[in-house]
Amino acid sequence: MKITNLLRIAWRAIQRNKMRAFLTMLGIIIGVAAVISMIAIGQGSKQSIQSQISGMGSNMITIRPISNVTGGARMDNTSVQALSEPDVVALQKHPQYLNAVSPSLSARGQAINGPYNWSTSLQGVSPDYLSIRGWPLQDGNPFTNQDVKTAAKVCLVGQTVINNLFPNGEAVVGKSIRFKNIPFKIVGVLSKKGENTFGQDQDDVILTPITTVQKRVLATIYYQTIFASAADENSTEKAAEEIQQTLRISHRLQKGTDDDFTVRTQAELISTFSSTSRILTILLAVIAGISLVVGGIGIMNIMYVSVTERTKEIGLRMSIGARGTDILMQFLIEAVLIGVTGGLIGVALGITAAKLVTTLLHWPTLVTQASVLLSFMVCFATGVFFGYYPALKASRLDPIEALHYE
Amino acid sequence: MSSIVEIKNLVRAFKMGDETVKALNDISFTIDPGEFISIMGSSGSGKTTLLNILGCLDKPTSGEYFLDGTNVGKLSKNELAALRNRKLGFVFQSYNLLARTSAIENVELPLLYNNEISAKERKEKALSALEAVKLTNRMHHLPSQLSGGQQQRVAIARALVNDPVMILADEATGNLDSRTSYEIMMLIQELNNVHGKTIVFVTHEPDIASFTKRTITLRDGRIIKDDVNNNVRKARDVLQNLPVLTE
Repeated sequence: MKITNLLRIAWRAIQRNKMRAFLTMLGIIIGVAAVISMIAIGQGSKQSIQSQISGMGSNMITIRPISNVTGGARMDNTSVQALSEPDVVALQKHPQYLNAVSPSLSARGQAINGPYNWSTSLQGVSPDYLSIRGWPLQDGNPFTNQDVKTAAKVCLVGQTVINNLFPNGEAVVGKSIRFKNIPFKIVGVLSKKGENTFGQDQDDVILTPITTVQKRVLATIYYQTIFASAADENSTEKAAEEIQQTLRISHRLQKGTDDDFTVRTQAELISTFSSTSRILTILLAVIAGISLVVGGIGIMNIMYVSVTERTKEIGLRMSIGARGTDILMQFLIEAVLIGVTGGLIGVALGITAAKLVTTLLHWPTLVTQASVLLSFMVCFATGVFFGYYPALKASRLDPIEALHYE
Repeated sequence: MSSIVEIKNLVRAFKMGDETVKALNDISFTIDPGEFISIMGSSGSGKTTLLNILGCLDKPTSGEYFLDGTNVGKLSKNELAALRNRKLGFVFQSYNLLARTSAIENVELPLLYNNEISAKERKEKALSALEAVKLTNRMHHLPSQLSGGQQQRVAIARALVNDPVMILADEATGNLDSRTSYEIMMLIQELNNVHGKTIVFVTHEPDIASFTKRTITLRDGRIIKDDVNNNVRKARDVLQNLPVLTE
């Protein structure tokens, strides 16, 4: 039996019952569309999280003190006195691993410009901070190391702060604002960075020399955080280890005692989020997979009904010379055609749905070739698997009985 | 010329519980090319069983059946299917056309199961078969758009399309009114006389049997009569003598 003839016979049989074929396909269509769109949403959010995290500077390493317990009271990490200037100096002695090191200390307060005021945070950093975060200036110049030495009252302002303090849209470089009654001269404007992964507005910040916050605002010699940037993306893990060793020495920690700080790399953050979204993707895929199985059972059901209903046709085909294998192949091909056609429609529908989600809900989506290929193969396998038994039943009919079946 | 059908001491027995029922009991006859035979008998006489065996749908329990020189009893299921495909044509009482399938596609059907026939040949053969039954003007009609007589003519074209050595008709006029029956008989007589087709016609109506050249009558699984009909009626004449309906 020629395969082209078999395909022709099966295709004609499907065409004779278009509506039923379509309804049978519906299960597969919905299943595949669900798989494609769900995976697209999962992959899209995963990719956007990854790109946002690496947008923070993918080489970035964050060092934070661990809040130690004193007398049963847990202190928040502003008051923890673990990181200080000698640590930064020690880290700066390892240029083979670290490009840049910047301490950081934040204070919340009201920023005021004439009649306008805005509650924001003043973050003290070193000039290296901008390169660590990969954060260019939109206007003006960064403050210098000289400014850090002198605890100069200069600042770089984020977009959100500008929008609230200078609502009229004038040029702000050179203007002065007050923060906790200290006047700061604006020397530069930070470019827009948007929200971070956690929904925080990254532009709601005023950057100023670290010493200015330490001496003029908070009166402390400690840091909340030290940011560093690894020499390149691949050496972040090594750099993190190096930082740990260096800080243990600098903190004079004995062997066997725990670190009083944590070192986190962006890669860790990415993998944490990736695994969350991977679990989500798997979950969605499982649900979609179940609907595919349900669709497959639909095919099986209809094929059984079809075999019974077409018993006479099978008898006729056998009487004019169809062998058992010809009948088997006919029904198998019918089932596979239904599965694959449903799969094709489902893929198209899934991609459309993913596009709609992106346009209407502004969720990021990503249709991967792998998901399309996979669901297509699953459709084929579903057709074969669920079509086989009805087809076998058809092929084993006795031609005489089948011919006289009413 | 050797005979098309040669049946020797053929027995077909069915097991019914503990009993063995012989539907056909020691039957022998031959059919030569160009014959037009009717097989008659009341229900239970074994004529359907004989038709199934002649049609290679069933195999004899004992005895021999040669179809065009092939010993049918020795063939496997698949070989039987191939034999039916190449050497036989079936015409059924209930037409058995595929629904929602055009006349020409119905006629093509047997050729789809023959690998040696190309798509082009298939089209040509189907067309000439439809021509033989005078239905080329309805080739793209669906069975539901055709009358009973036209449907049966499509079925006859389907039986002709593979150029079989023998056409088996099972009560082929049973579902038709008398005028249409005669029209079908006229067509079958023409296939026999003009095209030289060998035809076996199973029926229980003596009226229909009178159009055939030879009648085999069965009772209780045995041949009780095998007569040559010396006075074959012509369906064309019968049709002309039918009263014309005037409104």
